Amino acid sequence: MIPVEFMLALSAILFFIGVFGFVTRRNLIAMLISIELVLNAVDLNFVVFNRYFYPAQFEGMFFTLFSIGVSAAETAVALAIIINVYRNYHSDQVNSIQNMKF
Amino acid sequence: MDYSYSFLILLLPLLSFLLLGLLGMKMKKPVAGYIGTAVLLSLWGMSLYTAYKYFFYTGHIVTPFEQVDVINGRLASGVYPTLTIFNFTWLDFGQNIFNAELLFKIGFRLSPISVMMLVVITTVSSMVHIYSFGYMAERDEHYEKEGYEKGFQRFYAFLSLFTMSMLGLVVATNLFQMYMFWELVGVCSYLLIGFYYPKHSAVAASKKAFIVTRFADLFFLIGILFYSFYVGTFNYDLNVDGGMMNNLPGAAWVLPMALFLMFIGGAGKSAMFPLHIWLPDAMEGPTPVSALIHAATMVVAGVYQVASLFPIWIQYAPDTLHYVAYIAAFTAFYAAAVACAQSDIKRGLAFSTISQIAYMLVALGVGTELTGEGGVGYMAGMFHLFTHAMFKALLFLCSGAIIVIVGSNFYQYMGGLRKYMPITNITFLIGCLAISGIPPFAGFFSKDEIVSAAFHFSPFMGFFMTLVSGMTAFYMFRLYYLIFWGNSYYEQDPNNRRRPQEVPFVMWGPLVFLAIISVFAGMIPFGHFVTANGESEDIALQTWQFWTWSPVAWLSIAVAIIGISLATWMYKSGKNPVPAMLERRMPKLHKAALNRFYIDNAWQFFTHKVVFRCISMPIAWFDRHVIDGTFNFTAWATQEAGETIRPWQSGDVRQYAVWFITGSVALTLILLCI
Repeated sequence: MIPVEFMLALSAILFFIGVFGFVTRRNLIAMLISIELVLNAVDLNFVVFNRYFYPAQFEGMFFTLFSIGVSAAETAVALAIIINVYRNYHSDQVNSIQNMKF
Repeated sequence: MDYSYSFLILLLPLLSFLLLGLLGMKMKKPVAGYIGTAVLLSLWGMSLYTAYKYFFYTGHIVTPFEQVDVINGRLASGVYPTLTIFNFTWLDFGQNIFNAELLFKIGFRLSPISVMMLVVITTVSSMVHIYSFGYMAERDEHYEKEGYEKGFQRFYAFLSLFTMSMLGLVVATNLFQMYMFWELVGVCSYLLIGFYYPKHSAVAASKKAFIVTRFADLFFLIGILFYSFYVGTFNYDLNVDGGMMNNLPGAAWVLPMALFLMFIGGAGKSAMFPLHIWLPDAMEGPTPVSALIHAATMVVAGVYQVASLFPIWIQYAPDTLHYVAYIAAFTAFYAAAVACAQSDIKRGLAFSTISQIAYMLVALGVGTELTGEGGVGYMAGMFHLFTHAMFKALLFLCSGAIIVIVGSNFYQYMGGLRKYMPITNITFLIGCLAISGIPPFAGFFSKDEIVSAAFHFSPFMGFFMTLVSGMTAFYMFRLYYLIFWGNSYYEQDPNNRRRPQEVPFVMWGPLVFLAIISVFAGMIPFGHFVTANGESEDIALQTWQFWTWSPVAWLSIAVAIIGISLATWMYKSGKNPVPAMLERRMPKLHKAALNRFYIDNAWQFFTHKVVFRCISMPIAWFDRHVIDGTFNFTAWATQEAGETIRPWQSGDVRQYAVWFITGSVALTLILLCI
């Protein structure tokens, strides 16, 4: 069985790839994908902890399924926002909506 | 018999004020005047009816507070009852810390003097209402009426409000109600003096009147607070709690002090020296207003206040009461001296008003007891208040008629008017004779009672007041001759100047009516109605057997005749060189008298140099720099903080993410290290 440290390292790497992507990319779609990566890293953690430490129970698994569902809904909303941004600003760059801060 | 209708006496003028004030501009000007006058005439009728019933009714009287049987108006004990017609609670603060009820009530109280004042106020006010139809009209070159002045409705609205507040003042059941209406009277006087508000001097005069009287009213309020604190009531009917009086420190001097503080308030309204300065300036208002407020009714508020508290003065502060007399006697002399040098006829009359009001306060101030000789002053003062209101209103309305015709307040533009204005001439002459104290005109009887009360107090006071009455005769006849005799301004250049003529009936009607009262009011047996102890007494002079008159009376007649003769000699022909010579001989004295002995300048100096420099300016500095500074600093700091933080919200979502992650990592590290 693969040691748990490896799994957690994978999760951490995934997480920081996501964060890095979120911070560095300007394309809104790319940022959304980065967020998905972060979420997946967290989901992976849930599964790993459940599988390795409480193999008799399934709460971690279920919570991961729940989290995937929530992230699907969140993606739908985010895509809708991005489409609207694109329609209004003719751009998919994150800088284009900077003025919406006020 | 009950007086339940009497609430209308206060309600009707209030409604009339609201109607004319709110809807006046929607009405035609004369309609507003008719409404105001109709209300006032109905009030006059009600007041006369009330007075008649109060003084002569025989039978059973029911009020919510008393049930009394009267015979010819008097109780079985021989005095007129004090009836409270209604007295509702206006504000109830419940028990205060001294376990006393704090209640403010508004009511309606009939006593001999308040009934007398009802008649005085409504009579003068009705005449003024009628007269104003003539005075407040706009006229063309030939004195033909073209219309009414701007603000005619407003004028009648204010007159109604003024009448209401003065009536509320005199029927007050307690000092607090009196104070409230007292302030309302002040407000009305402000509004009416400043009636011609586009005129700068009118605005200045109205502010001066309001501020000076308001300043004095502050003392009135303090006096009321002292009084009610120690006495435990706002009522005139004293209900002193002996234990409380003895336990509180300083109780011996506190009642005299409270009464004197209240008198200062009265001195402000009644224009006693040195608070008289507002009254001459108040002549900026329309002349009917001068007649109503600054001659007949408002200025006697102070006299009325002292008279209302007279039994308390006598019982608790008899010595302090004499200070009132001294202040008033000095004021009478001072005002008479100034009146001798005025060239503005309304100002001359204003100073004569001050002098006559001072007479009334002298009469009250020389009182030493409620019964007998010591109490004559009370009756005399009230009698003089009554007669003076009539003839001073008459004189002011006459001067208004002259001003309408001549178009100026200064005697230089008058002269020789007797041929052109015969009715005004006769009525003004009657007013002058009445104020000078020539029998059988009204002023003689009332003024002579005052002088004899003063003689009873001290011979010095008596001779002093006799001297002042001689001066009164002199300056009134000086005014009379300057206006109606002497060199005619019109005849000097008849082709280019307007020919004077008699005023219309709407103006001379009230003059004649008031003149008739001024002739006959002296014969009213006033001592039967108003006396200090309430019992009926005869005025010694009111008899046709003039050989029984006292030497005091003959002395004042002689002095008055000397004054009149002197004025006749100096001013009748208009060619006598003596006035001009006197003016040249004593330029300083004349200039000082003309400038009212620089009292206004002294106040100006006091307020500007002393009060403004030493008190107001430091306070203003403190306000501007410390109080405002604190708040300005708070606002500035908040704004600066906001400006500093604002750029943090850049709108760049990736930047937020960096901060967020850095923060989380930092927090995690910190938590791990702990």
